[in-house]
Amino acid sequence: MRPIDVKTYLLAFLITALVFGLGIALNIHFNTKRAESIRTIGDRITIDILSSETQFDLLQEASCRHLGSTALSTELGELGNRLSFMESELSANNDEVIHLKRYYSLLQLKDYVLMQRIEEKCAEAPVSIIYFYTNARECEECKRQGFVLTYLREQYPALRVYSFDYDLDLSALETLTSIYNINPDRLPALIMNDDVYYGFRSIEDLENLVPQIKTLKTMQATTTATSTQ
Amino acid sequence: MLSSLSATDIIIYGFMFISLYFQVFLVITFLNRRKALHAEHAVISAHLITPFNAATTPSVAIFVPCFNEEKTLSGTIDSLLALDYPKDKLSITIVDDGSSDNTWSIAQSFATHPQINAFTKENGGKHTALNFALAHTTAEIVGCLDADSYVGKDTLRKLIRYFDDSETMAVTPALKIHNPSSMMQRIQSIEYKIGVFLKKLYEQLDAIHVTPGPFSLFRRRVFDELGVYRKAHNTEDMEMAMRMQSHNYKIRNCATAWVYTCGPKTLKKLYVQRVRWTYGFIKNTIDYRHLVLNPKYGNIGMITIPTACAGLLGIMALLAIGFTNWIRLGFEKYELWSTVGINPEWPRLFHNLFYVRTSILTFVSIILLALTVTLILTAKKYVEGSAKPDIEFFLYIIVYPIIAPLWLMKSVYNAALSKKTSWR
Repeated sequence: MRPIDVKTYLLAFLITALVFGLGIALNIHFNTKRAESIRTIGDRITIDILSSETQFDLLQEASCRHLGSTALSTELGELGNRLSFMESELSANNDEVIHLKRYYSLLQLKDYVLMQRIEEKCAEAPVSIIYFYTNARECEECKRQGFVLTYLREQYPALRVYSFDYDLDLSALETLTSIYNINPDRLPALIMNDDVYYGFRSIEDLENLVPQIKTLKTMQATTTATSTQ
Repeated sequence: MLSSLSATDIIIYGFMFISLYFQVFLVITFLNRRKALHAEHAVISAHLITPFNAATTPSVAIFVPCFNEEKTLSGTIDSLLALDYPKDKLSITIVDDGSSDNTWSIAQSFATHPQINAFTKENGGKHTALNFALAHTTAEIVGCLDADSYVGKDTLRKLIRYFDDSETMAVTPALKIHNPSSMMQRIQSIEYKIGVFLKKLYEQLDAIHVTPGPFSLFRRRVFDELGVYRKAHNTEDMEMAMRMQSHNYKIRNCATAWVYTCGPKTLKKLYVQRVRWTYGFIKNTIDYRHLVLNPKYGNIGMITIPTACAGLLGIMALLAIGFTNWIRLGFEKYELWSTVGINPEWPRLFHNLFYVRTSILTFVSIILLALTVTLILTAKKYVEGSAKPDIEFFLYIIVYPIIAPLWLMKSVYNAALSKKTSWR
């Protein structure tokens, strides 16, 4: 029997475990910070939406030129990007990610409703596309549709793209899907000018279906990714 | 968070944990033994100025097995003849293992020298040449010097000093690449320096698992008691060390007894050599599997061989995972580009620190990399006296991780299918 210095074995294990423990602690810390930053952006958007809604209520008969903001769209895009990154870091099933995703979806819905009201009153509203995808099954077309919408939003920062995970447990979202009678078996689905389109649509298809897209001012990309898809 | 770990994550984290554990273990060992190692250097230096004592100086026989070594054999023999050791106590046996070039003529040209015996035999492999030489000597200490290696003048004296301890059964030297000129040789040059440092640490752990062909010395009784050299998957030096370890024979190392070896010049030659070494390690470990995780055999059973095995498996798993990920990424990029065209952009992390990945893996990888660099530079300082990074260091850090997987994969493949390796 040859001697073994048990102390060295234990010390090495302790140090290694400490390094891993520190790694786990730092990981938790940075992810908490990320979630906080997402919430901060979300809060900012909430205030923006509330402000716009209040402004809308206050100026019932006032000029439409005071309403609407493309900056909000950019903020929503950035929120989507960050959420998408968190999803890749923590997985789509992570409780925190699902919570933030529901929050993000709700903000998108609120923004969408506000834009609808502006459209009714002012007969003009930002060009928007509502996009439904699914994470519940393998959906190659959803992935490709995500690429197209990301690209379009990069090209046209004023374009509002609202992307929703069909399977997200959110009653407001269920209301929207029932209004448009979205069929989950035919995803991806796009709602443009109140019409529902199923299946993958290329850049050219979308530009033809929504000619207003081409009238939007193109810009160097400042944001990317449309959704957590 | 931990519940969301996939099987891939568990493999990666497990491998990282073992790698980090082993490196930390080595660092602790070095810090614990640092003073003793320096003291040992001083003792060996002092020994060099002590006159030989005819009564206690052991007789030594050095074997030079050679097969088609016409270019390097003369240099090898000349370096042996120049050794600082009593001439009547040192004999050299050249065994030509059926060379088809001029090796035998060169060997014969040395045969008239009183210290040299030269033999030729039918080709049978290195282990047969060594056993042939063993049968022709009665020296107390025997060793081998590959015919592409050269010894320093004081190397033998330094090594012999370790046999003052009656329990020492073998002593390994410190290997250096002889005149590194090609890029591959320069990479090996730093690799060998790391090897010198690690070998010394392994010695401190009583866990040396290779007694290298170039100039490892043995007490003759090792062969009398444990048997002669075996083919051992073309790595007879590894098998001999494992056999000694499995019989609890003490193997020491002298980190200042320099032996210069001609490293493979090209990637192809290096690849062949490393496939042979790694294949030999796998096969010999299987043959000596009773050592693995057996506390009876101390550190070699509990840490060095198990972590080497885990490292090999881990690298294979990482390669498979990395390869799968690259394929998946490639498909994703293809899908993206075929859908919206190519729109190159800077990664988002350059715009915002939010996008810097901060997983446990990132953090542990940074620590592991820092520890690896520290170990390499510590090895450099230990061997050269300076830790200053040089061109070899950067070549090693950048090129080695790219080329090493080539022979690791081939060795595992060969071992799995029991495909034999070749010497050249």
